[in-house]
Amino acid sequence: MKHSVVALTVNGAERQVLVAPGTTLLDALRESQGLTGTRRGCDQGACGACTVLVDGKTMMSCLLPVETIDGATIDTIEGLTPMEGLHPIQEAFLEGFATQCGFCTSGMIMATAGLLARNPDPSREDAVRAISGNICRCTGYEAIIDAVLDAAARMRAAKRDKAA
Amino acid sequence: MAWLNGRGVAAVNYPTGMNLGGDPSQALIHATTTGGFVITLSSVDLGQGIKTVGAQIAAETLGVPYENVVIDTADTDTGPHCMGTFASRGTHRIGNAIMMAAREAREVMMSVAATELEVDAGDLVTDGKGKIHVNGAPDKGISVVDVALAAHFKHGKTISGRGMFMKPKSEVVPETGEMDPDSCQAHACTVAEVEVDDETGEVRVKKLINAYEIGRAMNPALAHQQIVGGAWMGISHALYETTEPYYPDRGHGPTDFSQYLMPGPGDLAEMESVIIERPAANGPYGAKGIGEMTANSPIPAIANAIFDACGVRVQSLPITPEKILRGLDSLREQSNPTH
Repeated sequence: MKHSVVALTVNGAERQVLVAPGTTLLDALRESQGLTGTRRGCDQGACGACTVLVDGKTMMSCLLPVETIDGATIDTIEGLTPMEGLHPIQEAFLEGFATQCGFCTSGMIMATAGLLARNPDPSREDAVRAISGNICRCTGYEAIIDAVLDAAARMRAAKRDKAA
Repeated sequence: MAWLNGRGVAAVNYPTGMNLGGDPSQALIHATTTGGFVITLSSVDLGQGIKTVGAQIAAETLGVPYENVVIDTADTDTGPHCMGTFASRGTHRIGNAIMMAAREAREVMMSVAATELEVDAGDLVTDGKGKIHVNGAPDKGISVVDVALAAHFKHGKTISGRGMFMKPKSEVVPETGEMDPDSCQAHACTVAEVEVDDETGEVRVKKLINAYEIGRAMNPALAHQQIVGGAWMGISHALYETTEPYYPDRGHGPTDFSQYLMPGPGDLAEMESVIIERPAANGPYGAKGIGEMTANSPIPAIANAIFDACGVRVQSLPITPEKILRGLDSLREQSNPTH
């Protein structure tokens, strides 16, 4: 089977990836781009650990054959993290003790980033729905839901400060 | 057909540590040239926070800032021995070992500081902010960094310490069956409020109220996190999880995340938790273990609340809608026999 070249904008940088047929976006990110912050949990779309943003939308990268998204813009946990310090979502997770073993955390944070991009002022129900495709086996979710809402508040406040 | 409300209570006494052929954990600590303290362990942090709590214990014992402590749990091949982080033993066993190691290292640190300051080591205190000074005279002091530099480059000394905590094996007294298998016991109680749908057998856990006596909460935020995560697992054991839903028939067992049922973020109960502190004499700064016990008392509390709500006593887990409906059927049968 013939390999193909797929063009992606990964965390703002234009990349060309040579892939075998059927290669998933998760494999392309982890194996060929070295972006291992995106986790491989179940590899069948059931756990959400591999969540990234594809053209701004929350997607599970283990389910996406990368050949089908030629030209797409991908954002991963590495791109979310600023050069210095942490993103407000990361701060909220850290300070809210919303992580224990950490395996689900990058997926949870990217699911939160996707939610807050389309809805800066989510209700608790919105937050619950946004992370419902993401499995956590340590925290009992409560701290994560609180962190999503805290991150939203931090980002709204930052936006207000910027406007003022 | 209605949602029936019920309330149940359950308590647990939970042992810290275990009793195989003795239960040891070891820690080694040494200062770097610039006054950082590295603690080498074979213990594993799988998210429960032993690195955080261990660094807190070391910082408190050494009298240096928390930020100066690095916990290295890198390699179980080369590190000092640890039985492992299980049996709710981590904070107690490893914490005690770290405390011993830190005490020994502190002694060296204070003796080097005493030589540098030309005073008696017994007159020195640490301020916890990176300085060692004469008690009552904060101006007559030296920084931990300078002490570490002096130890390395002037005195040719290592500021280091060894910690070894072991609970010896406790043999059973043949006549009475008595033994002393654990180091201390933590206690907890859960009150569960549920509602049961008498038409579908569905159970909703509305609220869990937890009280925990864990000696001393070394890090209250982490302890609270453990309680919440454990209570969620308790709900899961009580109502959702099984690997063999038709045991002894092994068929229809779940094989992946989609089939293995556990509560999701939409199935949470309101939670209220209280931590009570009664320091254990043999725990590091009085701490007992809180690890495994958090998934315990919610389970019988929920089972009791279901009984209170609808009169059905389910004797096996998980308490599925099917078991509740069968229980309701047999209650109706008893009160209104058809033949």
